[in-house]
Amino acid sequence: MGRAVAIETIKLRKTYGTLTAVDDLTFQVYAGEIFGLLGPNGAGKSTTLRILITLLRPTSGQALVLGHDVAQEPDTIRRLIGYVPQERAIDRFLTGREHLLLLADLYHLPKDEAQRRIPELLKLVDLEDRADQPARTYSGGMKRKLDIACGLLPNPKVVFLDEPTLGLDVQSRLRIWDYVRQLKARGITIVMTTNYLDEADQLCDRLAIIDGGRIRAMGSPAELKAGLGGDIVSLTIGASDAGRVDALAAALRALPMVRAVMAKPAGLDIRVESSEKALPAVLEAANRTSCRLELVDYHRPRLDDVFVAHTGHLIREEFPQGEQD
Amino acid sequence: MHEYVQEVGALTMRWVRRLSREKFSMLFTLVQPMLFWLIFFGNLFQRAADVQVTQAPNYISFLAAGVVVMTVLNNGLAGGVDLLFDKENGFLERLMSTPINRTSVVVSRFLFVTTITCLQVLVILGVAWFFGVEAATGLPGIAMILLISMLFGVGLTAISMALAFSVKSHGDFFSVLGFLSLPMIFLSSALVPLQAMPAWMSFLAKFNPMTWAIDAVRPLILSGWAEALPKIGMVVMIMLVFDAVCLYGSARAFRRAMG
Repeated sequence: MGRAVAIETIKLRKTYGTLTAVDDLTFQVYAGEIFGLLGPNGAGKSTTLRILITLLRPTSGQALVLGHDVAQEPDTIRRLIGYVPQERAIDRFLTGREHLLLLADLYHLPKDEAQRRIPELLKLVDLEDRADQPARTYSGGMKRKLDIACGLLPNPKVVFLDEPTLGLDVQSRLRIWDYVRQLKARGITIVMTTNYLDEADQLCDRLAIIDGGRIRAMGSPAELKAGLGGDIVSLTIGASDAGRVDALAAALRALPMVRAVMAKPAGLDIRVESSEKALPAVLEAANRTSCRLELVDYHRPRLDDVFVAHTGHLIREEFPQGEQD
Repeated sequence: MHEYVQEVGALTMRWVRRLSREKFSMLFTLVQPMLFWLIFFGNLFQRAADVQVTQAPNYISFLAAGVVVMTVLNNGLAGGVDLLFDKENGFLERLMSTPINRTSVVVSRFLFVTTITCLQVLVILGVAWFFGVEAATGLPGIAMILLISMLFGVGLTAISMALAFSVKSHGDFFSVLGFLSLPMIFLSSALVPLQAMPAWMSFLAKFNPMTWAIDAVRPLILSGWAEALPKIGMVVMIMLVFDAVCLYGSARAFRRAMG
């Protein structure tokens, strides 16, 4: 297939002493796509990102960004990429415009180019009105916008976003998603980490699900969901019957139409070929093991089902907590 | 080379901008607590201190050299604080993700801290002049005092930055600093000449680079070039070694922290 590759990693590995942060990562990011690294905190997403932006050296394996090796040519790569860090990496005392002026000099932009690009970027992220106020007066969402403007200043071919909407309120998240889509429309390749399933599902063209430092599954959200196949029947079981859940799980696993049974808080998720055909048998099994079902629900596989199926556990989702700081 | 000047210039301007944003902090940077040592401590001990022991016309003129070097000490040891905060909030990582020379951030900090230190030393000398302390070696002597201050300040700032890159939290940073600074002052010739100290303290004070800096600055203020020159030769050599060791340690800490 002739798709241009923007980023390629081959058996990438990073260890700290005895701890392996990422292990045997091999993936490709195509030019012009939004590629997501999805996983819980501590899965190795940020480590992978830091290797790609040349802030960390891999222990072994190789990573190429736009054809340049991260270990051999870090300086060339730094000139070609933009980075939006996870923390609000903002100097409280500088104004938004001063942030951009500082970075313009660090990217060695000529004065006239900086004069032209900075107002453009402030306009893109709707910060024109507040550009000359110190960043300590900014809300969380505004800081994030400034972060993004900073990441775009060098006119990069690839932009790396580390948890772009962590801790933002719903409106701000939607705005940020909108900016990310605009970048893609300009032909920029985007690599982002996230631990939000909905973000991965709606924003990313392709995903790598990372857990425990390894890639567990890779593909577009639709492919990943289709790959699971069938339906998910979700049972909620009362606390009084918690002791009988194991017996029910065993009974379900014995059924021919059941592909997998996974425990979840206060119930079970059952992957089946077809919920219509499986439901009577599932209910019968619950009856047989005297488990009282509080709620029975069935749906097509969602990304959270994909995640559970490949990692064996739920992603520990932190809900957006509104603006902080 | 042009790129290097551009990036170091921009990073240094950032420190200047930050300082100018904090009006209070700017005021207190110039009217620093070190002045209290000179004004209160200096005048307080005017009669308690024995002129025979200090070998100076009065205690405040003896103390001036000590306060100058104490200023350098405090500024230098605090010089890494802003980098510590940059490291903690991710700003340093943002800077390092740009195509700048790896030394630029650190060099900008040296430039800024050194400049502030020199300004403060001039304020100290100005206040001392107000209390009747006039440098015996005149303007060239003051230039020499600034040079010694810079040489000592570079090593101290390097220690502070090494600490900033190595500590886990800023709590650790400030406890180490607080622990370091008072013994450094008491175990030096800042407040009392070595000859007047208990033997064990004067023994320890000889290993304190601060003592050597003070012993070179003091004759520049009190007596004249003849007495100062041999001391200056000595302190320049000691400071070059001191700076080399501190810079080496700082470079290692930086490399470890930045991968």
